[in-house]
This record gives sequence, structure tokens and C-alpha cells, in this order.
Amino acid sequence: MWGKLSLQAIPLHEPIALIAGGTVFAALGAILIWVALKGYIPYLWREWITSVDHKRIGIMYVLLALVMLLRGFSDALMMRAQQAVAFQAPGFLPPEHYDQIFTAHGTIMIFFVAMPLVIGLMNFVVPLQLGVRDVAFPTLNSVGFWLTAAGALLVNLSLVVGEFARTGWLAFPPLSEITYSPGVGVDYYLWSLQISGIGTLMTGINMVTTILKVRAPGMSYMRMPIFCWTSLASSLLIVAAFPVLTATLGMLLLDRYAGFHFFTNLAGGNAMMFMNLIWAWGHPEVYILALPAFGVFSEVVPTFSGKALFGRRSVVMATMGICILSFTVWLHHFFTMGAGGDVNGFFGIASMIIAVPTGVKVFNWLFTMYGGRVRYDTPMLWSIAFMVTFVIGGMTGVLLASPAADFLLHNSLFLVAHFHNVIIGAVLFGGFAGYAYWFPKAFGFRLDETLGKAAFWCWLIGFYVAFGPLYVLGFEGMTRRMQHYDRPEWHPWLLLAGAGALIILCGIALQIAQLAVSIRNRAQLRDATGDPWDGRSLEWATLSPPPAFNFAVLPLVAGPDPHWDFKERAREPNHPSREEPVYEPIEMPRNSATGFVTAFLAVVTGFSLIWHIWWAVILGLSGAYATFVVFAWRDLADTVIPAGEVARLDHASRATRVAALTAEVLR
Amino acid sequence: MLDSLAIMLAIVIPTILATLAVGWWFRASNRRARYRPDFVYSGRLELIVWSIPALVIFFLGGIAWISAHKLDPAQPLPSKAPVIEVQVVSLDWKWLFIYPNQSIASVNRLVIPAGVPFHLRITSASVFNVFFVPRLGSEIYSMYGMITQLTLEANRPGVYFGLSAHFSGDGFPGMTFDVHAVPAAQFTRWVARARSVGPTLDRRAYQSLLQQSENVSPYTYRAVQPGLFDAIVRGELPPGPGPKPATATTTTSKEYPGHVG
Repeated sequence: MWGKLSLQAIPLHEPIALIAGGTVFAALGAILIWVALKGYIPYLWREWITSVDHKRIGIMYVLLALVMLLRGFSDALMMRAQQAVAFQAPGFLPPEHYDQIFTAHGTIMIFFVAMPLVIGLMNFVVPLQLGVRDVAFPTLNSVGFWLTAAGALLVNLSLVVGEFARTGWLAFPPLSEITYSPGVGVDYYLWSLQISGIGTLMTGINMVTTILKVRAPGMSYMRMPIFCWTSLASSLLIVAAFPVLTATLGMLLLDRYAGFHFFTNLAGGNAMMFMNLIWAWGHPEVYILALPAFGVFSEVVPTFSGKALFGRRSVVMATMGICILSFTVWLHHFFTMGAGGDVNGFFGIASMIIAVPTGVKVFNWLFTMYGGRVRYDTPMLWSIAFMVTFVIGGMTGVLLASPAADFLLHNSLFLVAHFHNVIIGAVLFGGFAGYAYWFPKAFGFRLDETLGKAAFWCWLIGFYVAFGPLYVLGFEGMTRRMQHYDRPEWHPWLLLAGAGALIILCGIALQIAQLAVSIRNRAQLRDATGDPWDGRSLEWATLSPPPAFNFAVLPLVAGPDPHWDFKERAREPNHPSREEPVYEPIEMPRNSATGFVTAFLAVVTGFSLIWHIWWAVILGLSGAYATFVVFAWRDLADTVIPAGEVARLDHASRATRVAALTAEVLR
Repeated sequence: MLDSLAIMLAIVIPTILATLAVGWWFRASNRRARYRPDFVYSGRLELIVWSIPALVIFFLGGIAWISAHKLDPAQPLPSKAPVIEVQVVSLDWKWLFIYPNQSIASVNRLVIPAGVPFHLRITSASVFNVFFVPRLGSEIYSMYGMITQLTLEANRPGVYFGLSAHFSGDGFPGMTFDVHAVPAAQFTRWVARARSVGPTLDRRAYQSLLQQSENVSPYTYRAVQPGLFDAIVRGELPPGPGPKPATATTTTSKEYPGHVG
């Protein structure tokens, strides 16, 4: 009846895992009970869970990322603590637990922190920047988000029921095959990534369609904001690369569930093929994450320099260049597999070539600041820190791209330091810059600057203290994923790295405090103008938070910085922009529970597949199909907001915004 | 490698300094900095901006191409003395070194004469590992059913630590070994002593070696069944069986009784 599932699946013998998992789910339960007691459930259901509004979905993506960041960071702290004490000693985490922690850390940070963070920003910002009312397929968007959340839930479920994979975050076979990993850990890994991977693919398709087909009148490609360009590049990569991931993991699933031999040792399997395929997805994935972050910086730097982006065409070209080149370098992840000089040399050079467009971008941001009036609000601090940190990460990357150097540094802590340098330095700093930059747009009030800056400095210093030592350790031959070690020369550096992690912890604590304080002081931090940073693109042309339909009248775009141009022209006294527009009724998509229900059924299906509860698998799959049919059969797709209602909502906002503009002109 | 680092530092350090300097000088509160909102395009600057990284990468790419060939792990090293042949098998979780010409084998300790290149033929008996002696040179994967090759040389006598650089399961951190580079005479004595003590490595002994074990202390085999390595590579001997069914979800570490496992 219950497949492999029994009470023994609850890891009573691993107190740390049980306490960690127990805490997570107790906190979750407490929040749910509080929400229920306060009577917020109908509100949440109506306004958030069933919402197909791209802004709400974007916010939920970012929230998911931030919550999962706490989980992933707890794993990081445990790893740092273990390596700080496991010098010629067993430490406090036995191998089978430590191995789960580093696997979970990597999986969570890439799939459930970095991905939702950039996809969340894309979701929230892109339609606003394009000057439109929503993405191309709003309900699909909701399904995509909830499937990602379903994957995250399954990963966390493994804390209290069963175990997580003990293979490293890419679950390389043959280790991840049933012979060497007979437990349910790898199955948890595979099914959560399959479910969330489908969600990501849906979002990718949605974004590509939106950017190519749904834009405000007059917004030609070269007038699109750079963040939209990088989102387009990133989404194209998702569409091209995620099917590879799904297929690869699917083959491993067939090996494990149906006795196939794609990657097994015996019967003609070849695990090298898995390496090849997973990195054919894995390297584009790096740019799926990094490109939107570059986009954030390309918005933040011009805004806070009071200048248009320098060399716009170059930046667009560099973005699309990276998009294509990212598919030509995957082999550098396994130079040490014995491919020989020609192949290694080719892929080494291909990898280095990516540094060219990336370098161009850095110089363009630099020249954007040149001749500007740079204001150092938190988003700009993150951007400068990114530029400095990222060139270091890029440099160590070019070093690793040289096969001769890689033969000494592959899989070492130098590598670990390098990819944290680029992923924290670009993706996370970019995510935080975007979070601070667009927060007032999403909620109508700014984040507290003092706490934001304090958090920034803790993160920046903590990052260098935590990862600087790992570069040194890499040169000293220390490899990754060591549960214990006995080289005395490694120990002091690992202690230092542990101290760095604690400084980052302070940064995270300050960020939580920042959010709490900002919500409490929201009256003082209120932004009435909708344009708190003197912005340039269309998202600043509407209210904060924007109404469900974003723009009462779709804006007419005549240049690459439409809102800036509008403000310039508005200084002229009799400009037509002061006239009352003609309001028309607006059709908006109806809320739909499809995403939430599908995701719930996906959790049921995934969980039952993991534990071999076949009847529940059938139930879950047929339920998901039924949900799809019900959605496809709907009679009413849209609701209509009458013109009068649109006018009423817009009048108030126009009044405040014209007042703010007039005040600025007078100043 | 250090050349590449120096070339890049010559670009990267000025870039970082320029970023900070420009950011500082053009701060909004600096009234002496000239505000030039129209400085958004300059063909000449664009040319420089594209060509600096392109030229650097052109140069570094050349270095990388040459070194990728020169330092290819399979490349033989020039030597007058005959090269020592060693066959390496990664097991769960220990290293087996077979000396085919001496017909002995050693677990978790590789003894070689200093100043003489040694040629390694590497395979795996179960999952992937990476053979790595940081102070002697290149890493290379060990994979079931496949042979990778590596030639190394220890110029001076000494003990060099080695490890696996690819995660291979719970016993992975204990997959360390020492490379003892000794003078030629001492190597001969070591071979002679190894031939006189310890068990014989035949198919039966290999079966028990395939079982998972952690933190194994070094020991030697007095004799090795001829052709064992090739039999492993050709799949005539089964791969490692993985964890025993009883310990499928949890294994206990024998070496460290301090924790609950």
C-alpha cells in the first residue's frame, strides 16, 4: 500500500537533520496557523495563490528564493562549521549526513534560490518595462511558479521523510545509480528537479513569447531596456538548455526505476555521457543566471548615474554573443577526463572568448558612470561591488579555462571559490540590487537605507573573508566535499573561511531586520510618485504598486529611455502629456487555481514516485490531467475592467504624479 | 599559468582601480566633476573596449593551446632511466597500485624511485574518482571500463600526499594516499621486502577488496595474479557491489566511534 515508505523513513538516528527539518516545518506550520487564525486565508487565496498577475507571481518567486536562501545558507554554515572542526577528527556531522548537506546546498542554491530570484525579477519587471499589461500566457506563468515551489517543497520534505541525495549537486553516475545509491535520496533529487524543471521551461517559453510578441506600441527591439534583452537571452537559453536537463535526468530515472543502462558501469552504459549532457545544460545555466543579473546592473548603473547606458548597441551585442557562446564551452568542466590536447585546447579557448563580451560590458558600465552624477543608494553599492568582485571571478575563470591550469585546480577549492565568486558576485549581488531597486515599485515604499547598507558591507566583507581562503586552499591541493581531513596547513584557512560565513550571517540577519523595520516604518518610507530613483524606463511611469492592469493607457515609446524622455518633455508647460487620455475598458485574465492544484498534484505524484506508491502516482497524474482539461474547458477567460473604473483609478495617480513632477520642475 | 595570471592582473587591477576612481570622482556631491549626460557613445572608445579583451584573450588562448598540448597528462616525460609502470585502480574507498613488472601491489601507498618518471594506467573498479597528487602534477579521472594515462616524476625524494579529487561516496575523504619517492636503491629494497610479506592478490582477494571500506591503512600484496588489471578494465571482473543491503540508507564509520550513525 505505501510502497517503500514506513515509519523508519523518519531519520530518528540523525538528530541534526530531524531538528533542522522539524524546525522548518514547525515554523511553516506556525505561520499557517497564524494566517488561518487571522482569517487571511481567503485573501491569500484570492489575491496571491490563484493570482495570474505577473507582479504577484514575480514577488512570490522572489519570496521563495529568499526563504530558500535561508535553508541553503544554513547548509553552508554547517559545512563551514564541520570543516572548521574536522581537522584530524570526525567533526559533528557523520559522512552520510555531511554528504547530504553539500548536495542539498548546491541543489537548493542553484535551482531554488538563484533561479527563482532571477525569474522572479524577470516576471515582475519585464512586462512593466515593455509597457504591457501582463505576460503572454498568464496562467502558464502561475503553473510555472507553483511547480517550482513544488520542487522546493519536495527537497525540504526529504529532511524529515527519508534522506536527500549524497552525490553532489549534479548527481554524477555511476555513484547516483541504484547500485551505489540504493536509498531514496537520489530519487528526491531527480523528481524535485524534474518537476521544477518543467516549471522553469514554461517560464522560459512564456518570457520569450512575451518579449518577442507583446510590447508597447513603438517599442522596437533596439528601444527595449537592457534588462529585457538579457531576460530574452536568458529565456532563450532556458528554452534551449532545460530540455537537455530533463532528458538527462530522465535517462538516469530510467536507469534507476526500469533497469536501463544509459550510465551504468555494466551492459554498455557510459557515465561519461552523463557528464557531457549535464554540462551541455550546466554551462548555459550559468548564463541563464548571470545574464539577467547583468541586466539589473545595466538598469541600476544608468539610473543612479543620471545618464543613459554607454554603448547600448555594444551591450546588446555582447549579451547575445554570450547567449550563443555559452553553448560552446561545456567541455571545460571535464578537461581532466582524458580528452587530449586538441579537444581541451579548443574548449579552453572557446571558454576564454566569453570573457571578451563580458569584459566589454564591464567597460560600458564604467563609461556609464564616467561623466555621470553617481548616487550611492543601496542598489548602486551592490553594482559597484559586483563590478569589482566579478572581474576577479572572471579572471580566475579564465585561469581555470586554461587546460594546463585546470589539471591542477579541477574540483579543488579554487574552483569552489571561483564559481561562488561569480555566482554570489553577479547573480546574488544582482538579485539584491534588483530587490532594493524594484522593492518600492512592488510595495509602494522603500527599504530602510541604513540597514540595507550595513547588510551590504557585511555581505561584501564576509564574502571576501569566506572565499579568499578557498582560493589559497585550492592552490594547496585541497579538494571539495571533504568531510574530514588531516593536512595541518589547511586548518587555519578553513577557520578563516568559517569566520567569513559568520560575517555573511550578520548580513542576512540585517537584511531580515531591514525588511521588518521597513514594513513597520512604511508610512515614512512611502513613495507617492511611483518613481523614487528618478528612473528611465517604463516601470517608473506607473503607480507604486502598479494597478493590476499596469498602465491605464498603453504608453507610446519613441526612444530607449521612454520615461526619462517623458520627464524631460513634461517640463515644457503645454506638453500634450498633461492632457487627459481617453480611457477604454481593459480585459484582464481571470484568476485561476490551475497552477496551485497542478503543483499540489505534482507533489503527490513526485512523492509517490520516490516511495514507489504506484496507486497514488496514477491518482496524481490523472488529477493533474483533469485539472488541465478543466482549465482548457473554461468558458470565461477574461474579466473586463470598465473604462469608468480605469479612469477613476488613474485620476488619483495622475494627480499625485503631476504634483511630484511640478515640484521637481520648480526645484 | 603564472604568466597568464600576471597578464590578467595587468588588466584587472587597473579596471578595478578605474571603477572605484570613476565612481568616487563622479559622485553626485562632487561639484567639480563635469556632468556629461550626452556621453553615451564613442566609436573610438568602443573599438578600444572590444579590442583590449579580444587581444588579451587572443594571447592567452595561444598560451592555453600550447600548454594544453605540452602538459597533456598522457604525454611521456623525457628520461634516460627506464620508466616505472604502475597500474592504478580506484576502489570503494581506497587506491590499489599494481606494479606489473615487479608483480607486487600496494594499497593506499605508492612507492616510486625519485628522479625517474613513472607511467600510470588508471581505471576504476566502481564509481568515478580523480587521481591527484597536488605537488607532482596533473589530475586525471579514473573510470570503470576505461584507462586514462598519466606520467609523473618526483624530482626529489620525499613524501607527497595524494587524494581523490572527485567525490565518490561516504568514504571519499579517507581516500588519501602517500607517494613515497625514494632513492633507487631503497626502492629495490622495498620491492624485495614487499615480495616477502603480505597476502597474494588473486581474484578471491580482489573480491574482498571490492567491498566498501573506509580509511584503510596502507599494506602490500606479495604477489599479483598476472593480467588482473586488464581483466578489471575489460569487465571480466565485476564492478564494486556498492553498499550492503542492510546498510543501504545508513553506514557506520568504524574509524570514528564518536558519533551516532
